[in-house]
Amino acid sequence: MSNQVKFLTKNFGQYDTSSIGSYMDIGGFEALRKAVTMDPEKICDMITEVKVRGRGGAEYPLGRKWSQARAVVGENKIVVCNADEGETTTFKDRELIQKDPFNLIEALIIAGYVCGATDGYIYMRAEYACLRPLLLNAIRQAKNYGFLGENILGKGFDFNLHLYSGGGAYVCGEGTALIRSIEGKAGRPRMKPPFIKVSGLFARPTCLNNVESLSIVPHLLVDKGRVYASCGSGESIGTKMISVAGNVNNPGVFEIPFGTTVREIIYNLAGGIQHDREIQLIQFGGASGKIADASILDTPYTYDDLRNAGVMVGSGGILVIDERTSVIDFLRMNQEFFSEESCGQCTPCREGNLHIKIILDKIASHTATQEDIRIMATIARVMSMSSLCGLGETAQNTLQSAMLTFPEVFEVGGTES
Amino acid sequence: MTTENEVKDIPMVHLTINNIPIEVPKGTKIMQAAQTLGIDIPHLCYHEDQRIKAHCRLCAVEVVGKRRLLAACSTEVWEGMEVHTDTQIVRDTQVSILQLMLANHNKDCLSCPRNQNCDLQRLCSRFNIQHSPLPSVLKDEPRIETNPSIVRDPSKCIRCGRCIRACKDVQGIAALTYAGRSSDIVVTTAFNKPMEATDCILCGQCSLVCPTGAIVEKDDTNKVLDALQDPQKHVIVQVAPSVRVALGDAFGMEEGAIVTGQMVTALKLLGFDKVFDTNFGADLTIMEEGAEFLDRLQNGGTLPMMTSCSPGWVNYMEKHFPNCIGHLSSAKSPMSMFGAIAKTYYPENAGIDVKDIVTVSVMPCTAKKFEAARPEMSRNGIPDVDIVLTTRELIKLIKYVGLSFKNLPESEFDNPLGLGTGAGAIFGATGGVMEAALRTVYEKVTGETLEKIEFNEVRGFEGIKEAVINVKGREVRVCVAHTLQNARRIMEQVKKGTSPYDFIEIMACPGGCIGGGGQPIGTTNAIRKKRMAALYEIDRGLPLRKSHENPEIQTLYRDFLGEPLSQRAHELLHTTYHKVSKPYEFD
Repeated sequence: MSNQVKFLTKNFGQYDTSSIGSYMDIGGFEALRKAVTMDPEKICDMITEVKVRGRGGAEYPLGRKWSQARAVVGENKIVVCNADEGETTTFKDRELIQKDPFNLIEALIIAGYVCGATDGYIYMRAEYACLRPLLLNAIRQAKNYGFLGENILGKGFDFNLHLYSGGGAYVCGEGTALIRSIEGKAGRPRMKPPFIKVSGLFARPTCLNNVESLSIVPHLLVDKGRVYASCGSGESIGTKMISVAGNVNNPGVFEIPFGTTVREIIYNLAGGIQHDREIQLIQFGGASGKIADASILDTPYTYDDLRNAGVMVGSGGILVIDERTSVIDFLRMNQEFFSEESCGQCTPCREGNLHIKIILDKIASHTATQEDIRIMATIARVMSMSSLCGLGETAQNTLQSAMLTFPEVFEVGGTES
Repeated sequence: MTTENEVKDIPMVHLTINNIPIEVPKGTKIMQAAQTLGIDIPHLCYHEDQRIKAHCRLCAVEVVGKRRLLAACSTEVWEGMEVHTDTQIVRDTQVSILQLMLANHNKDCLSCPRNQNCDLQRLCSRFNIQHSPLPSVLKDEPRIETNPSIVRDPSKCIRCGRCIRACKDVQGIAALTYAGRSSDIVVTTAFNKPMEATDCILCGQCSLVCPTGAIVEKDDTNKVLDALQDPQKHVIVQVAPSVRVALGDAFGMEEGAIVTGQMVTALKLLGFDKVFDTNFGADLTIMEEGAEFLDRLQNGGTLPMMTSCSPGWVNYMEKHFPNCIGHLSSAKSPMSMFGAIAKTYYPENAGIDVKDIVTVSVMPCTAKKFEAARPEMSRNGIPDVDIVLTTRELIKLIKYVGLSFKNLPESEFDNPLGLGTGAGAIFGATGGVMEAALRTVYEKVTGETLEKIEFNEVRGFEGIKEAVINVKGREVRVCVAHTLQNARRIMEQVKKGTSPYDFIEIMACPGGCIGGGGQPIGTTNAIRKKRMAALYEIDRGLPLRKSHENPEIQTLYRDFLGEPLSQRAHELLHTTYHKVSKPYEFD
């Protein structure tokens, strides 16, 4: 199977991203023109047929999500694009925005049409401030061309788009925190219910989607050659944007058909390990992702195969760590991230991250006891089982998978050394 | 009001908890469903009167089919739900969370003001937390003791957010909030200023809902014990109307029990030279405030006139609506009026040197401590009230001397300042001051005897109540509000000049003084309602129910004050207010 495919990336470099005319020259807004002639439910069916799952990490079926958003009774619904992309080693959404901004705008208008929304918001992480002018220009031009505003394409459909920048907190990638951040509140998650789809941004029904999930839809609508459906198999159809980072020769963003092996990704696309060193570990899906050792290399990159191998697609980030970094040092670095980024509201996450960091430091300095390891495992489990939001739930994914993959690292040798 | 029919209309949901099948109305949360089976799911951030936070995660339970534990406080039951509250992972979670909290908690329980009255302590005892395997991560944070009312101890804070909700959702003030994130998150004020330098009005509702000792009243019990030991001093005590219906809670008596007699006995056994009644001061307030209202009504004074007996409310006006302070009645509160009389009329009659008198008041309120410290509430350097204790501090004193409160015989208040009418008694409930004033104002204006002295329109727990009373052809429009959230709505009208009312009563705390920030820990709205009912019961049972009929008040005016609003009355019983734009300073 070839690991070169252009579906989501087919517009990359093909048009002047500052010009809507240039975008339209290569077929831009054809998908929207087609969409508004279709029954929105048919669009959901079309998405469901090729089993598109949310690309933010939760993997919720996109067609079902939009269909549910349609069904929610409420005025002035909102669609939000989550461009917070806060997971470490994840930068695929940045490429999608930077190299094909109009596709994202088009996707949001289609989402608005399907969900029956009147407003769309793009919540973009603070660090992507450099992309603001690009998006603002795209929104302005789309408005000038009548793709935004009132009575879009004469179909009596009104939709406006807003860009909002985050303040730099990782937790604002979590849906409820993201919404509070747009509302001008401190970006801390809240309990659910109420669910966002019923009462989200400004207490209005809200459909929240990742940049990549949205970006698929316009391409899918005009996918005459059924390129998307021809990629992948089983539950993992189509292509996937991945970002590879770490000790590889050619880090970057790649579009792969589902089913490409991890080896192909790391050794072909990403150019292999620097100085041909050995792989210590690979983390899938950013800081909240799970890790594996080199035995995963021949696993096909699909939802099910990765899950069976003990990891997950997650955010689409892949971090390759070579033999120079010990597992414990890697875990300490990863833990540092969560010890900073927990919002601090709920007890397990606030206090748990603090203590796990202490114990990891003890392991690194060879002063941990077997009891410490046991406590660490318990805290990690309690965090994942009982935290308020997804951050606390997944913060110890890396540690928990490391304890399974590298049990020897956590052995104290029976003595209280 | 929920009627029986409405209850029947709510569909029932069937579920099992620990394999026991039950049926509860749709919308019930797991925590309440478990309660119906007598299962108490542990919780710290949950409070029955507050919106659900789901922060502490102590109430996490296992639900079959769910990958993660669910918070019992926030999760509604569903048909066929199977809940387990005592599996290994649930227990591990409960114990771990408590251990995590303890590792970041100042564990000086033995000398904590909330020792033996602390939710965290109770849960650690319940779950048999004998030692915490986790190292302490507590940061060195000092107690913040900068005002006369409230003390904060961040080292005891478990970040549950109850105080934040009380301040924001009940009072609409939001002086307290979260700041920072992760393990650095704290509950604090804007820019970490002392509370009195913020929008805080010292009502103490935060201290009432704090599950630990992180926010407590300023403890003045030792001052009282010292005064009682000083043979030179003549120590007198006055007790607010709402204390006698709240005190029993702390001694295993029924909620809302009327314990006036036992309370007086306890105070006498504590060694007070005289035990007097703030109800007397309340009657005096009605005489002055009623006269002031009539004066404003008849002579074109500033209307609506607003009551001024709730010190949290007065602080609120001075801080939040300083341009409206002309609407506040100039009458001092019952406590301060009583204090002024106790430092003038009383020593003159009793032949005691005023310098030897110590006036103590027992109040349901933390802001009263601040009120007593106001320079306006003193003459020639002699304060009206020397020491204010909250109900909670009186409980401590009663326990200190080892009294079996429940079994104490009943005794009567001393004279002459111990006689109060039913009108004085109901001051403790929202609407009570208004009703007491109407009873007197009506009779003063009309010269007729009120046939029905209960004004039911101004009673009850509703946030804002209003009534129109026909007083000799003049329609008097009155309004009663409690909590500052509701007060703000009234004040926005007053500020714009669109208020339709002539006379407004505001109490800062929910339910009025019976729900004050100095009342026993554990006070809830359900308990507040019982205390309200108890006050009206006291009123009903009294022979005198109108302030102007109080013979001791009549004597006081005849022998000492002259008429209401007389020059002497003004000197002793009235005060002034001022805009507060800079932090208070205390030595």
